[in-house]
Order: sequence, then structure tokens, then C-alpha cells
Amino acid sequence: MSTFLGMPVRAPRGVGHLRGDQSFPAAAKEALGNSQLRRNLQHATTTIRGKSGRVIAELPDWQELRSAGSALKAYTMANLPLLLTQLEEKVTAAGGVVHWAADANEANQIVTDLVARTGEKRVIKVKSMATQEIGLNEALEAAGIAPVETDLAELIVQLGEDKPSHILVPAIHRNRAEIREIFLRAMPGVDPKLTDDPPVLAGAARRYLREIFMRTKVAVSGANFGIAETGTLAVVESEGNGRMCLTLPDTLITVMGIEKVVPAWADLEVFLQLLPRASTGERMNPYTSMWTGVTPGDGPQNFHLVLLDNGRTAVLADEVGRQALHCIRCSACLNVCPVYERTGGHAYGSVYPGPIGAVLSPQLTGVEDNASLPYASSLCGACFDACPVKIDIPSILVHLRNQAPHARTEAAVMAAAAYTMDHPRLYASAQRAAKLARIAGRRGRGLPPPLNGWSASRDLPSPPDETFRDWWRGR
Amino acid sequence: MRIALFVTCLADTMFPAAAKATVLLLERLGHEVVFPQEQTCCGQMHINTGYQKDALPLVRRHVRTFEPYDVVVAPSGSCVGAVRHQHAMVAAGDPGLAARATEVAARTYELSELLVDVLGVEDVGAYYPHRVTYHPTCHSLRVLRVGDKPLRLLQHVRGLDLVELPAAEQCCGFGGTFSVKNADTSTAMLADKMRHVLDTGADVCTAGDASCLMHIGGGLSRLRTGVRTVHLAEILASTEA
Amino acid sequence: MSSKDVILDRIRAALADGPSVPEIPRDYRRGPAEADLDLLVDRLVDYKAVVHRAGTIPDAIATIVSGSVVVPPGLPREWLPVGLEVLVDDGLSPERIAAADGVVTAAAVAVAETGTIVLDASPDQGRRIISLLPDLHICVLRADQVVASVPEAVARLDPTRPLTWISGPSATSDIELNRVEGVHGPRNLHVILTDGENH
Repeated sequence: MSTFLGMPVRAPRGVGHLRGDQSFPAAAKEALGNSQLRRNLQHATTTIRGKSGRVIAELPDWQELRSAGSALKAYTMANLPLLLTQLEEKVTAAGGVVHWAADANEANQIVTDLVARTGEKRVIKVKSMATQEIGLNEALEAAGIAPVETDLAELIVQLGEDKPSHILVPAIHRNRAEIREIFLRAMPGVDPKLTDDPPVLAGAARRYLREIFMRTKVAVSGANFGIAETGTLAVVESEGNGRMCLTLPDTLITVMGIEKVVPAWADLEVFLQLLPRASTGERMNPYTSMWTGVTPGDGPQNFHLVLLDNGRTAVLADEVGRQALHCIRCSACLNVCPVYERTGGHAYGSVYPGPIGAVLSPQLTGVEDNASLPYASSLCGACFDACPVKIDIPSILVHLRNQAPHARTEAAVMAAAAYTMDHPRLYASAQRAAKLARIAGRRGRGLPPPLNGWSASRDLPSPPDETFRDWWRGR
Repeated sequence: MRIALFVTCLADTMFPAAAKATVLLLERLGHEVVFPQEQTCCGQMHINTGYQKDALPLVRRHVRTFEPYDVVVAPSGSCVGAVRHQHAMVAAGDPGLAARATEVAARTYELSELLVDVLGVEDVGAYYPHRVTYHPTCHSLRVLRVGDKPLRLLQHVRGLDLVELPAAEQCCGFGGTFSVKNADTSTAMLADKMRHVLDTGADVCTAGDASCLMHIGGGLSRLRTGVRTVHLAEILASTEA
Repeated sequence: MSSKDVILDRIRAALADGPSVPEIPRDYRRGPAEADLDLLVDRLVDYKAVVHRAGTIPDAIATIVSGSVVVPPGLPREWLPVGLEVLVDDGLSPERIAAADGVVTAAAVAVAETGTIVLDASPDQGRRIISLLPDLHICVLRADQVVASVPEAVARLDPTRPLTWISGPSATSDIELNRVEGVHGPRNLHVILTDGENH
């Protein structure tokens, strides 16, 4: 393996789930027509916004915590080589084994080989964005190993042969009635009298997975935090499936993006306050597990940590875009985004949907592979206000639009418009001559492409008799 | 006070009533308004669509045009937002220009900011006997942080019945070229905004940005709802008889 | 060249512009502040834990569970009421643990503001597995273990120990983003709050 210093290396094509099959506007159009999806999303995002707002309001120092979180992340990125090396030393000293994966293919190979070496044919998984990003499940299946997702929402997605649509709640696009149908169709041994009462559905998942937890020897997890100072890994969860996976098996393999490292143990005091309140809207999530290497007699006796790049260093190389790496995957930006609320996550084509996905995915893949995502925002700014680590998503979107490939005709129109506007006499005569209405026909109906997107649902105002400029001159 | 009007290309061309109202309002309050003729467009559309190189001459023009003035006002939160948060960035390759852009930005105000913060007035002596709801546009709200200044101004307008807009802080779906590039999503957002406007029973929807009003008004007109969109400046400029 | 070297080289190249390293503002609340036990109880109850404050520990336990309980080897035996079948964890199989009617542990720290209890696998708390598999977890907490806020808890804990932060019973928000109690972890969490003297 070789690399040219200074040349950012993106996440490779042909593996993982960072690139969609169609552009955002095309995928969004389909999603917008799904009335059930619209209703589910509207209900869910409204619910979570309310919950989150209430528990954030309980903290008098929320803004101070955001500032600390933001600064901690910037500090981390600036010191990444040192912190990652320190994390490796500490994990190793505590009995773990650290692996470095330059991209998705290497990470998948490392994990597959580790599982193969145990001789096991099944692994249990804790919900992890990193392993979805790299397509680990597909790689394991290709090697004859069955991955079982144990997070309830991931299980719903896996049994429904569906794709996740939200960072925190991958099955947010499904309502209870749909979940019941999926369980009845695909969950082995399910009670045919299953109702759509949420506790009953959760109980069905408990019964189904309990056997699997007790019998599976290898688990794969992600990590919310990896503490450089101590080598401690942390997984934040709700259901206890994480505790099962982190406690019961003999072997634990954790895949962690390199940006997830946290400098010091004490820094968790910031992130453990920010994450649950911004994420599920709880004061604290039901369970957080922390472990440092291997503890004799308690939990997995073989622990592997896989540190993943897969385009992250390319993100880091962009002075404006690098703050996307500060993301702690809370999904608050999705829940407040008016675009996400209407299109859902699938339209973004990547495992990272919503505002953060619109800035992270194009940077991981190279903007040419996700060229429509930086435009999947009205730049309303709600995401920036909601972000617990103050990522300025609108500014990154604008920055990426400037890097995105532009259609030749649009570029020509933009250049001509800029030229006209830089010449006031041309501009004034264009104002008078164009009288948009003449092109537009009656009140903006039947504008030529691409402006017909406007006239399909909106009238243009009647053109004024005189421009302001004319009026001013005539005073 | 001598105030330079940054009219914005949209108000100049399509919504001169909002610009005229800004002039007449400030003159009524005893101020001198000047209109620098060399101004055209702040370049926001180019910047937000990914054409910063094309926007650079427009930023240079804007800075050159407005730097002689101590106070600049625009009837648009969005355009003031571009001046304040984007011009220096676009000019980053030319540190001298970037510094000048920052100085001009510091003296540039959106109308409600100028009235409340600079001129210290909340009651502008307006009269407007209509049921009105106010949409806080995203850039006024989250880029400029104008807060409740427009509402305070509206609350002092005689005859005006101000009704609260549900889910007011949600974007109307305009977003400049977003409304064309993602027309379907934009329309879905607009549909909800219109529903909320109609729920208020107002006959006028107002805001501090002609662009968002063009979007909301275009939808309300298409559906023949009978609800008008009127720029905040026009309401504040209205007087009895 | 190893992948480690490749990645570290890429990072160094990416940081070639020498990004400024900010000072971390620590002006959020770090304590110490007085821990409000009533707030802790309120938070625990809000997330569907059951709190016991009156009487002795054995009496409280007797009202919660009958049958068999798993206990860690270091749990004070005087906490347990007579008549319970006590399974001391000396390496019990997962099946034995799962089949018990409950588990009794002590705790390391609790956070009033969030309603969180932290276990650190000390002898009176035991292996992580024992507080996970039974459907009922009874946790005995001393008042002096309660701190006001998260920073004070982090400061008290030893990160080299396996830590489990517990805030209410197992729950999920995966169905329509509404919290539902009871998935894989114990569906019943009882907290016995003592002043540390009347064992």
C-alpha cells in the first residue's frame, strides 16, 4: 500500500454505503409521494424535538457545554496522531489488540479474518454507523458468517430487508403497524397473535434475541468514544443489547472511526451530557458501557479495536469541511431539518443522512460522487443551532457547493448573470428589457427548464410598472 | 442620520414597493436616505449556489459602493446575512478586500435592526388595519438573530391585529436556488408553511425578506387563498389617510 | 509501509496547515454541588425505576422479590432477608444467572441530575453479566455515593474498571421515537436508597 503525501484519499467505490443510486432530488421526489413515510417522519421528528428541547432547557449551562464540546473536538483533530498513538498504547497495555484500517476493504478484511479465526459462523452486532458505512455485514455474509443486528431498529431494518434511514433510529420511517407486519413475516418463532403495541413488539425482540445472545461467541460493535488517556472505549445505548454484546461473548471486535478519539477521561463529562439530551432527548440514556482492554473473569477475554480511516483523513485535509468530523452522531440535525423531515433518510443515498450526511458523505467520497447532497438544504440554519458540538453545517454546505461539479449551462448562466450585475448599465437595461414576465408568460406559469421547478407550484409576482431605480430617478 | 439604502436586486427589480416603503419610512422618521447608483447585487445567489469566483467582482463592487457610508440598511435579512457572513469569506484571497468587506458589514443593518438597535424606535407611527401574521425568515432569525425586533415593531402598529404563526421558525422552503434545484422538497415545505398561515386566519403574511415572501406569496396566489404577502417595510410605512 | 503509518502520514499531511489549537472553555458546571436526593428520586421515578427509602435494606428487598437472587461475592450478607435463595456469583453460568428471579448489587456512584447509577464491578457489584441477565435488578445505594452532576461522577470513577451507567430500566425509543421500557436488560429496576448507617 502506498500513498502520496498531501493527496487526500477518499473512501473507495464499490464497497460500503456512502453513495446512492440516484441524485437527491430524484430520490426525494419518490419519498415525498409516500404519504405513510411523511406521516411517520413528521410524527417522530416532532416528538423528538419536543423531548430534546425540554431536557436541554433543564441545563443552565447547555451553551457552555456546547462550546466545550466544540473546542474539545477541534483540539482532538489538531492532535490526532498523538492521541491515536496514545489510545493504541493504552488499549494494548490493557490486553487489547489494535488494528489500523486505511479503508473499508481493509477494515472488512480485518474483521472477517478475526471472526474466521474463532471458527464461529455467527456474530452479534451492536448498532454501529462505522460498520454500516463500510458494508461489514455484506463482507461477513460473503465469507459465510451471519451478522445479527441486535438493536431493535436495526433488527427491524434487517428483517424487513430494508435500509436504515436515520442515524439514531434507523427504522424511523416505519410505524408500529408496519413493524408488526415485518416481525410476523420475518422473525423466526414469533407469536402469530402479536399486536402492534410497542411494549409487545419490544418483548418479541427480547424473546427472539435472548437465545442468540446466550449462544453467540463473537460480537462486533462500534464506539461512541475512545479515551486516549486511558484506553477506555464507550458505547452509549438504550436497550441493553449493547451490554449483551459487550459482556457475553468471548471475543469483541470494535470498529471505530479515527475521529472518535477523546483526549482525556475527564472530557467525557462534557460529551455524556451533550449526547443523550441532543440525541434521544433523555437526561441520560438507559445504558452506557465502558471498558478498558480485557478484564480477567469479566466480559470478553479477546478484544480487538479496529481504527478506521476510509476517507476521514481527506475530510481532515479540508480546512472548512474538517469540522464535520466533530460529529458525535446524535442526529439532532436530522430531527430539526425541514428537508429531512419531508424526504426521510433514504433520499440521501448514504448511511449518513440529513444535514450532517449532506456534508460528511460528499467529503468521505469526494464531492463528485455525491454532487447533489450539498444542495439538499435550504440553508435555513436549524441544524447549526441544534448541533451539540456547534458544527457550522450551513457554511460547510456552501463551501462544498463551491467544490461541486457544475452543469455547463448553469455555469454559463451564472457567469453571464455575474457579468451583468457587475455592469450597472447592463444590469439596468436587463431589468427593463427582460421583464421576467415576458419569458414567464402569464404569472410565471410555463417557465423554461430548470425554472419550471418554480412555476409548477408557485406564481411569480406581477412585474412592477417601474423598478425602484426608475422610481428613485424620477423623484 | 444619513442612511445609504442597499436596495437588493430582488426588491429593486421585482418588489420596488418594499424598497420605496423603506425610503419613505426612514424619511418620515426624519432621516436622510441616499441611494448609491453603482450597487447591483450582493452575490448571495452565486455564493450559495457554488459560484464564489463569479461572486467576487460583485463583492468588490458592493464594498466599493457602500464603504463611504456610515450606516447602510437593506429591507432583507438574507442579503444582510450574506454581507455579514459571506463577503469576507469570498474575498479571503484578497486580505485587503476582506478587511474592507468586514468593515462595511459591521455598518450594514437589516431594517428592523436599524430601527430598534440604531435608531432606538419601536413605534414608527404606522397604521395598518389588517389581521397580520409574521413569518420570521431563517436568515433574519438564525443568521442575523434579529429576535423579536420585527414583532415589537408590529405590536406598535395601530389598527394591526397580530396573530401568531404556528411553527413559525420552520423554513418556508425557498432557499434561493434550492427552490428550483429541489423544487419538490421546496414545495412540500411551502405547503406546510401555507397551511400554518391559513390556520391563523390572517389576511396578510409579512416578513423581512422579499424573497421568502415571493415564495410564500407565489404559493398562496396559485391556490387562490386570498391571503396577501406584504413586506414588513410596507406595513411600517403605512399611515392613516 | 503499515496501515498505521499510512494513516498517520495522511493525518499529518491533512494537518499541514497547522490548525490552531483552542483553549478548552471549562465554564460549565463542574461542581462540587450539594447532591439533592429528592431530585435523584424524582429522576429515577421519571424513568420508571422504583425507589425505596424507608425501612431496612432486608425489609425492602423482601417486599420486592421472593425466590432466588444472584449476588456478587462481596455483597454484605446482612442486606439479604431470610428466606431468599441466594446464588453467590462464583462464576455462575449465564443460564443460571438468567434463570434467577433477580440480582442484588451495590453501586459505585449515582448522579442526581440525570437519575443515573454507575456500577464499577467492585466486589459488592460483581461481574457485568449478573446485573444484566435477570429481569429484576435491585441496587442498594448509599446517600454519600450520590453526586449532583455528571462531571462529579466522572471524577469519582476509575476508568480502568469496567463501568456500567444505568438510567432506569432497559428501554427503547425505536418505535416512533416514544420511550418504551423493557427490551434486553432488566425490565425492573429497584433502587434502595439508604443513609449509609441502618444496614
